[in-house]
Amino acid sequence: MANEITIKIDGNAVTVPAGTIVVDAAKRIGNDVPVFCYHPKMEPVGMCRVCLVEMGMPRVDRETRQPVLKADGTPEIDWMPKLVTGCTERVRPGMEIRTNSEKVKTARQEILEFLLTSHPLDCPICDKGGECPLQNLTIQHGPGNSRFLVNEKFHLDKHVPLGDLIYLDRERCIQCARCIRFQEDLADDPVLGFDERGRATQIVTFSEPGFDSYFSGNTTDICPVGALTTADFRFGARAWEMQNSASICNACPVGCNTHLNTRRDGLSGNFAIKRVMPRQNEQVNELWICDKGRFGHHFATSPDRLSVPQIRKKGQLVQATWDEALSLIAEKMQAAGSSIAGIAGERLANEDLFTFRKLIEGQGGKIAAFPGEMAGGDWVQQVGIAAGSNLSELGGDSVIVVVANDLEESAPIWWMRVHQAVEKKGATLDKSKASLIVLNARPTKAEGSANYAIHYAYGEETATVQALLRAAQGNSVENETLTAAGKAIANAKNLVVFLGNEGLDYADSAALAQACANLLIETGHVGKPNNGLIAVWNKGNTQGAWDMGLRPLAGTTANFVGKSKFIWTAAADPIGDKQTLPEDTFLVVSELFETATSRRADVVLPVQSFAEREGTYTSGERRVQRFYPAVPARGESRPDWLIFSHVQVRVGQIDKAPVSTSVVFSQMSKEISLYNGLNYRALAQTQEQFPQIMGEDKYYGGTAFENSAGLGVQVRTSADLGQKPASRSVSSRSAIDGLTAVLTQKLYDRGTLLMRSYLLHPRLALPVAHLHAETAAMLGVADGEDVQVQVAGQKGKYTVCVSEDTPQNVVLLPNSVGALNFVGAQPAEVVKIAETVGA
Amino acid sequence: MSQTPEPFATYLDEISHRGRTMLLPALHKATELYGWVSQDVQEQISRALRVPAAEVHGVVEFYSMFYQQPTAKRVIRVCEDPACSAGGASAVLHELEAQLSIQVGETTADGSVTLEAVTCLGMCEHAPCALDANKPAGMLDPQSVSAFLAGELPEPVGMPYGNPLWILQRVGKVDPTSLADYLAMGGYQGLQKAIAQTPEALLEQLDASGVLGRGGAQFPTGRKWRMVRQAAGTPQNKHVVVNADESEPGTFKDRYLLEEDPFALIEATTLASYVIGAQQGWIFVRGEYPRAVARLQNAIDQARAAGWLGKNILGQKGFDFDIELRVGAGAYICGEETALFEAIEGKRGFPRIKPPFPVTHGLFHQPTAINNVETLVAALAVINVGLDAWKAVGTEKSPGTKLFCVSGHVAKPGVYELPFASTLADLLALAGGVANGRQLQAVLMGGAAGAFVAPHQLDLRLTYEDTRAANVPLGSGVVMVFDDSVDLRQVLYELARFFKHESCGKCFPCQLGSQRQYEILDRLAHHTPYTQDLQTLGNIGYTMTKTSLCGLGQTATSAISSAVRLWPHLLNENATH
Ligand SMILES: Cc1cc2nc3c(=O)[nH]c(=O)nc-3n(C[C@H](O)[C@H](O)[C@H](O)COP(=O)(O)O)c2cc1C
Ligand code: SF4
Ligand code: SF4
Ligand code: SF4
Ligand code: FES
Repeated sequence: MANEITIKIDGNAVTVPAGTIVVDAAKRIGNDVPVFCYHPKMEPVGMCRVCLVEMGMPRVDRETRQPVLKADGTPEIDWMPKLVTGCTERVRPGMEIRTNSEKVKTARQEILEFLLTSHPLDCPICDKGGECPLQNLTIQHGPGNSRFLVNEKFHLDKHVPLGDLIYLDRERCIQCARCIRFQEDLADDPVLGFDERGRATQIVTFSEPGFDSYFSGNTTDICPVGALTTADFRFGARAWEMQNSASICNACPVGCNTHLNTRRDGLSGNFAIKRVMPRQNEQVNELWICDKGRFGHHFATSPDRLSVPQIRKKGQLVQATWDEALSLIAEKMQAAGSSIAGIAGERLANEDLFTFRKLIEGQGGKIAAFPGEMAGGDWVQQVGIAAGSNLSELGGDSVIVVVANDLEESAPIWWMRVHQAVEKKGATLDKSKASLIVLNARPTKAEGSANYAIHYAYGEETATVQALLRAAQGNSVENETLTAAGKAIANAKNLVVFLGNEGLDYADSAALAQACANLLIETGHVGKPNNGLIAVWNKGNTQGAWDMGLRPLAGTTANFVGKSKFIWTAAADPIGDKQTLPEDTFLVVSELFETATSRRADVVLPVQSFAEREGTYTSGERRVQRFYPAVPARGESRPDWLIFSHVQVRVGQIDKAPVSTSVVFSQMSKEISLYNGLNYRALAQTQEQFPQIMGEDKYYGGTAFENSAGLGVQVRTSADLGQKPASRSVSSRSAIDGLTAVLTQKLYDRGTLLMRSYLLHPRLALPVAHLHAETAAMLGVADGEDVQVQVAGQKGKYTVCVSEDTPQNVVLLPNSVGALNFVGAQPAEVVKIAETVGA
Repeated sequence: MSQTPEPFATYLDEISHRGRTMLLPALHKATELYGWVSQDVQEQISRALRVPAAEVHGVVEFYSMFYQQPTAKRVIRVCEDPACSAGGASAVLHELEAQLSIQVGETTADGSVTLEAVTCLGMCEHAPCALDANKPAGMLDPQSVSAFLAGELPEPVGMPYGNPLWILQRVGKVDPTSLADYLAMGGYQGLQKAIAQTPEALLEQLDASGVLGRGGAQFPTGRKWRMVRQAAGTPQNKHVVVNADESEPGTFKDRYLLEEDPFALIEATTLASYVIGAQQGWIFVRGEYPRAVARLQNAIDQARAAGWLGKNILGQKGFDFDIELRVGAGAYICGEETALFEAIEGKRGFPRIKPPFPVTHGLFHQPTAINNVETLVAALAVINVGLDAWKAVGTEKSPGTKLFCVSGHVAKPGVYELPFASTLADLLALAGGVANGRQLQAVLMGGAAGAFVAPHQLDLRLTYEDTRAANVPLGSGVVMVFDDSVDLRQVLYELARFFKHESCGKCFPCQLGSQRQYEILDRLAHHTPYTQDLQTLGNIGYTMTKTSLCGLGQTATSAISSAVRLWPHLLNENATH
């Protein structure tokens, strides 16, 4: 740090960066000044008054401007007559603080007493019981017995739903505004506010549906008094009855570090995941997770899970033993020779993908990652965001480009961090703001914070990025905004590009990836921290699939499998995704649930969910991270990699299956050069993180878990390793004519896994066709009307929503809502349902 | 959409480019057009001004004069704070309820009238007083209620008393709607005199004049202006803000100036802008002063049209200054300087943490001099009468004159301008003594946030030094007199009710403490108090004073605890359990 300041707290010296808040400085030397309204990730407001401290400054001689010294040579300190809030004071040279004087203790006790008299003291039934900041604080600092009478307590509504995910207990709320400020400053969804004033002040939500935000669950972690609870966890379990294991969210490429809290259910004896909590990783998700990660876990413990192997006999799938099933698979595989195809879902763990590839390629077959619709993983390996990067470090010298994706819908926590880099509304010593360039055919949330927003026509993505590069090289381009955006890039020290594939088929996506790589390479933004490419994959471990040497399927499944005699799909449901598989093939499906594909299979194998086993995922930022088993395996299910290994043994590829996941990983890290040197122990390493959230004082950082299970390792790109990547020429297409359909990513889709979280059902994306008013008029359809949309031979029913935000001549359809499934921007037909019936 | 006729949409279009700072004006406009602010209208405002809907809602809820529920355009507001209450406000309210066939807080069946009991309306000298929509009325009693409802009562006009009248020079004499009349009565001579001198020279005179802030905090005005002058920033980004929120119960002096000599305030503010080197001026008037709002807006318009506001004032190149009027909507806390900034910025009136102070981080976080109305006009008076004349009256430490708001049981309630050396007894004598031949029981000094004095303390000299020594806040010059017919417990209850109602709720000690204090005084005045109530009251006072965020919480227990000190029996009597 350039500028450090030393202050004394209760006589102990601490040296911290200039601008540090006094309570944070105290925290660094283990002094927990109590706080309620202050949260280390947010700007202070000084509302709750519990952090009062005494503050003194060295006395300065008016004449000489020199500090006045005492006889012993130490500076004479002038103590301020009034207490100050430690959360609003920033360190100054020579400052001295007392956190433990009688004056401070009395004031603190008085305030706690105030808080307690208004607090329901229903700790025995409170969800925060055992991890309640107020409880802890009162035990440590509070008054022995209250001088206020219990019957003075205010009686307020204890079960106010703020939407269907979060509940408010008005009696417990101390109006610290952490929730409001989190939503406004960090989540960029200002949907909470204060009502009334004075003692009548209360938290209200003002959105439809209530508390409409993908980040709402985080407010329950940072609410210092348990006034906010999730509908999922409310009264679900007491903190001390639960077991904990570290995990990784695999629902998107961010790779948030999580903690699973589990408990054995008294009656059934089954283990249940009671809640998913964020686990601190300041380089990945800080203290946060999105609501998909928090509430989308129910599939793992769903009663619908497959639990035994099945074999098709006389046309019916019937229960079988593992031995039968695996022998049959081995036999059929060997019979098929090299006419074998493997389809690997991009949510599989690295160990699964690696072993699957070994198995299939070992037999001479071919394997691809599914759906494998987006290109660019090879570029990420070369010019991906460099090892040692941290999105929190992006500031005034940085430019962020978001192209062809809706970042909040695809990777919520990335959006939250980009938003902070660009707006700097949260706590940060560096208040300088990064610049944001958003390139898309339509407005997205990110545009609201963009310095430069450019709308291209679908089809012109690559050309737009090429123009941006030309502008960055000092050429002027037709579009003024692009010229200015290019100038910003030319002046930037750091450049990060978030690449998506909205409206792109594989080939176009490859062209765009290359254009983005060219932009980074040509402007010198590769191979150094806080620079490089991040692919906004649509699945959680797509980058892992690339790194494990799987190539994306890149087209139709039929095309890929051809006439293969033996097909194995793992964590993939091509038929459900409107793909076709040949009839005369032997089909093996390893899955969590019955799917359209498994219903056709000859062998169905039950696999373990992420909660039952261990493994690693690789995030979009190429951080390899471990997840750990949290609950016992469902039925006879096995981890995918083990199934593949068992078959490897039976077909004679290996002598015996590896004894553990870590053995698979070691083998893999030897073979995959980018992962050389990695092992499970390295991935499990941690180091001290700021803010320090461990310890008793949950009121400080909230109930996010400290990270004792590993921060993971961000693997290096070839550019990091000193190889100079070369840009390549790329040809671009032009805009598409005629009515064009494009699928847009929605966080709450209707995929097999998320559908198991009933809590989220009211918020799942609906089959809605967005049309511009003029386009709708041209098509003769009106807002709210049901239409049939036909794309690439598929037909689907949608309800029209007329919106200004949709480009003309385009129909935008949410992805994965159980209707159409296609890639790229495709010619479309839209007809009224009434007309199709009539015809 | 249904509820929006064109005028509002057109209005929003006009102001939308200015964004959030237009939130208060937009809410006033909506209230004027519809009587209340429906959710639909809130959403329109949210879109037009780019303020999140939750925050529009929060601001609407924050102010007493904005409504989320259907409310009549004609709201009758009857003051029930101490001066009016002691003058018989509750009988007036009962009569109104009877005649309108509704309870307080309700709207008549035909939707034409809403009746409210409110905190101090700043017309204590006309107690009991009320506002019928925008029309003020005073000296009400049950007999006059029908005339009041029929709009037949004359609007009350306050008369200035005292000698010398420097601050109130023209009040009651000049036509407040006429710039010409103002000029004819010596208006703008002070400013002309001032711009012949350097700002530095003027600052020296101000320092020497001993003018301290008259909004309550008594900060030396010259020093404040110098700090803003020296603060980093360009004149375009510096502000002079006039604090005309005057909501402290018992205070009504600023109203005299706003209503009866608005041009003087504009001249004084312009003078401040010259001294400070600030080009943006704002006047924040409380919403309960409709007459002041109308006259001020008229005065600003006339002054601008005549070149007294705008560019190159008085032909001086670069002397640019203009004033924008902002109207509050019923929130005492918006008189606190940083809460007032938040209000102008279109946020809930939550006070900010200080430091940083307004002189460097004020309105829009830019350097700002915020002053009370009387302070500004007093500074102008110093220039007008000359430093020597000013210092010739008063004491050495408290030179010049001061306004006092005398209300309650005196023969001649009103605003008195007196040199600082007068005693409380002198002032009461001037006001005709206790009315109706009754005995004096108590005097509340400084307002709700002030302190009581007992009859034996009347020889207190009304100077900064004497009051400070006696631990009696001079505050905003409130002198509220209670005769022996009054139940002081009821007065204390009303003070507690005031603070409970006005605590903004931002910080916990005050939010909760004001509620607890109210509960205790409610028991005391109307039920049976608990034995430990007295001790609890002491604890509350200690905690609120020590730990509250702003002046409201820090002083919300001061008048009540002064009463406890003076008359311990008030709280001890009939305490049980
Ligand atoms: C709760 C509260 C209410 C206040 N109300 C007013 C007010 O209505 N008018 C006023 O001039 N000052 C009021 N003040 C004082 C202002 O914060 C500020 O000190 C004053 O406007 C400065 O101007 P002055 O230096 O001219 O007094 C209030 C202070 C507090 C804490
Ligand atoms: S709900 Fe919790 S976080 Fe929100 S204001 Fe209340 S106490 Fe604070
Ligand atoms: S942002 Fe992505 S990884 Fe993080 S919790 Fe949400 S879905 Fe999971
Ligand atoms: S002391 Fe009272 S009025 Fe002031 S900030 Fe706190 S709650 Fe608001
Ligand atoms: S006031 Fe400092 S933590 Fe709330």
